[in-house]
Amino acid sequence: MIFDALSLQLGYNATLVTIGATLLGMAGGVGGTFLFLRKRALVSDAISHATLPGVALAFMVMVALGGDGRSLTGLLAGAALSAAAGLLIVSWLSTRTRLAEDAAIGSVLSVFFGFGIVLLTIIQTMNTGRQAGLESFLLGATAGMLRSEAFIIAISAALTLVLVLVLRRPLTLASFDPEYATATGQNVTRTDLAMMGIVLAVTVVGLKIVGLILIVALLIIPPVTARFWTERTDHVLMLSALFGGLAAYGGAALSAALPDLPTGPIIVLVGFGFFVVSLLFAPGRGVVSALLRHRRFQRQVHLRQGLLALAQGQPIFERLTLRLLQAEGWVRPDGVATRQGQLRAAKALRDEDRWQLVRHDPAYEAAALHYDGLTAIESVLTSDQLDALDARLGVKGGVRP
Amino acid sequence: MNGEEFVPLSLVPMLTGIFVAVACALPGNFLVLRRQALIGDAISHVVLPGIVVAFLLTGRATTWPMLLGAAGAAVVAVIAIEAVRRLGRIESGAAMGVIFTAMFAGGVLLLELSDTSNVHLDVEHALYGNLESLIWLDALGWSSLWDAQALATVPVELPRMALTLLFVAGFIAVFWRPLKISTFDEGFARTVGVATAPLGLGLVIVASIAAVAAFDAVGSIIVIAMFICPPAAARMMTNRLERQIAWSVAFATLAAVLGYVLAGYGPLWIGARDSVSAAGMIATISGVILAIAARLGPHRLRGSAAPVG
Repeated sequence: MIFDALSLQLGYNATLVTIGATLLGMAGGVGGTFLFLRKRALVSDAISHATLPGVALAFMVMVALGGDGRSLTGLLAGAALSAAAGLLIVSWLSTRTRLAEDAAIGSVLSVFFGFGIVLLTIIQTMNTGRQAGLESFLLGATAGMLRSEAFIIAISAALTLVLVLVLRRPLTLASFDPEYATATGQNVTRTDLAMMGIVLAVTVVGLKIVGLILIVALLIIPPVTARFWTERTDHVLMLSALFGGLAAYGGAALSAALPDLPTGPIIVLVGFGFFVVSLLFAPGRGVVSALLRHRRFQRQVHLRQGLLALAQGQPIFERLTLRLLQAEGWVRPDGVATRQGQLRAAKALRDEDRWQLVRHDPAYEAAALHYDGLTAIESVLTSDQLDALDARLGVKGGVRP
Repeated sequence: MNGEEFVPLSLVPMLTGIFVAVACALPGNFLVLRRQALIGDAISHVVLPGIVVAFLLTGRATTWPMLLGAAGAAVVAVIAIEAVRRLGRIESGAAMGVIFTAMFAGGVLLLELSDTSNVHLDVEHALYGNLESLIWLDALGWSSLWDAQALATVPVELPRMALTLLFVAGFIAVFWRPLKISTFDEGFARTVGVATAPLGLGLVIVASIAAVAAFDAVGSIIVIAMFICPPAAARMMTNRLERQIAWSVAFATLAAVLGYVLAGYGPLWIGARDSVSAAGMIATISGVILAIAARLGPHRLRGSAAPVG
C-alpha cells in the first residue's frame, strides 16, 4: 500500500494531490530560503494564521449568496485576502509603531486566529455550517478531496513554483545583500513584496494539504535543512527545493496510503526527519563532524603539551595526555618516555624555540602570524630558513622528524 | 443578569479569564521588550505533545499528569530550540519554527494514532480550550461566595489560575530590579553583578508555567494573545516600565471581561441563539485594544522617548 502510494498508483486524485504537494513543497523550500536568509522566517507564521478569518468569512459570504459555501477557489481567495491584510498589519506595526517585528507577528497571529475561531463557532451554529468541514483547514486533509479541488491545488502549486523560479535572481540578491541590491538599482521594497507574495501563495495553496497551523514548516524546515550542507546561496536554494519536495511527496504519499491520518503532520515530520539527519551528519556544519573536529584539535593540543612536558623533564599527571602519548608509543605505561618519545619531545621543544625566535624577529613577521601552538613550523618556513634559525639558536644539525 | 444566574454560569469563567490574562500579560511585558515575544507562541504549540504523551503514559486525562507533561514538553522545547540554535548556528526564529512545528505535528499524529475517544482530548480543545464549561454547579447566587460547602465545588481551574497568578506576580516582584535592568541594558546588568543568563531562563520558565497552567482552561490562542497584545498596547501608552505594566494589567482585564461578555451575551443581543467562542473573542478584543493604542497611544512612535517624569 505504501509502495503503491510512493509510486503514485493509488488512483487519479491521490496522484494529483501528491504531485501538487511535491510542487508546493519545492516552491515552499525556495520561497522559504529567501525568508530564512532575511531572518524573517516567522513572518510566515503570522501569514498562515491570518488566513483563518478569511476562510470563514468567504464561507459565510458564499452561503449568504446562496451557494453551499464549499467552493475551494472561493475559500482560498478569502484566505489570500485576509492573509494579505495580516501581512500589511505586521509590516505597519513593525515600521510605523515602536513594536518590534516579533511582537507584531505574535499579535497579528493570535488576534486573527482568535477572530477566525469566533467566526468558526458562528458557522457551526448556521444550518449549512455543520457539514462545512472548515476544521480540515487547521491540520490539512487530502483524503476524500474532490477531483476539481485536487486540480486546483496541483495547478496553483505549479504556478507558484514557476513564479519562484522566475523571480529567484532578484530575490537572491535582495535577501543576500539588500544594500548592494539597492545600489545596483533594484527596488528592494518591491522585491520584498514579491517575496511576501510568494510566501502568501505557498501558504494559501498549502492550506488544504498541510493546514494553516503547520504550513510554516514547509517554509522554514527545508531551508534550515539545506543550510547545513552548503555555504552557497544557489546551492541552498536547490537543496531546499529538493528537501521540501521530498518531504511533501513522502508525506502526501504516506497519508494517501493511511487516509485516517491528517496529511500536514506527516509532511512536517518527514521534513523534520531530513532536518535531524542533516543536523547530525552534514559535513562541515553537522554535529558529528564538529565533534570529530573538536576531538582532533583536543588530541593535537594534548600531544603537544605532553611532548613539551617530556622534553623539560616534568612529570605528566593528566590522564588523557598520558593515554594519547602511550597510544602513539611515545611513553611507557609508567610515564617514562620511550626512545622515539624522547626524539619527538626534543623536536617539539626545538620547534617551540624556533617559533619564539620567529615571533621576536620582525623579519619573520608574516610567518609569526601562523603561530598557534599547533601549526608545524615546517609548513610555514623553508628548510633554508629553518637552518638559519637553528644557526642562531646555536645548534648544528637540528632534529628532523 | 442577576446573581442567581451570573454566579454559577459566568463568575468562574470570567475570573479565570482575568487571572489567565493577567498572569500571561505580566511576563509578556518583559518578553515583548526583550524581543522574545514569540516564545509564548512556541510554548503554546508544544504543550499539545506533552499532554498527549502524559495521557498515553498515565491513561487518564487528569490535571496533574497533564500539567507535568505540558511543562516537560515546554522545557524540552526550550532546550531543543537552544540546541538547534547553538549546534546548527541557526537564527533563533528559524530554530523556533523548526522545533515547534515538528513537536506540534508529533503531538497531532500521536493523538490520531492513539485511542482517545473516551476522553475530552483533541486538537480543537488544545487550541481554543473551553472557558465556557467552567460552571460552578453548586452556586446559588452571590451568597454562595461565603458558603464553604459551595466553595469546595468551585472548578479547580480557578484556584489553580489564582495560584499561578500569585506565583508569576511574586517572581516579578522579587526580581523586579534585576529584571528591569537586564531587560533594558543587559551589558550594564552584567557589570553590576546580575546573573543575566539564569535570569533570562527563569523568565522564560515562569512564562512557560503561566502558559501551561492557563492553557488547560482556555486553550493556546488566549495564551499567545495575552502574552503579546496587552503589553504591546501598554507600550504605546507610556515610556515607564512601572506604568506599562499597570496599563497591560488593565488592558488584559478589560479584554478578558469584555471578550467574555461579548462572546456569551453579544450574540443574544443581536438576536442570535448561540454564544461564540469566548477564547477567540477575548483574543479579538485584545487585538482591538492594541489597534486603538497603535493609532492613538501617546507613545506609539519609535523614538518617542519624550521627557519622562
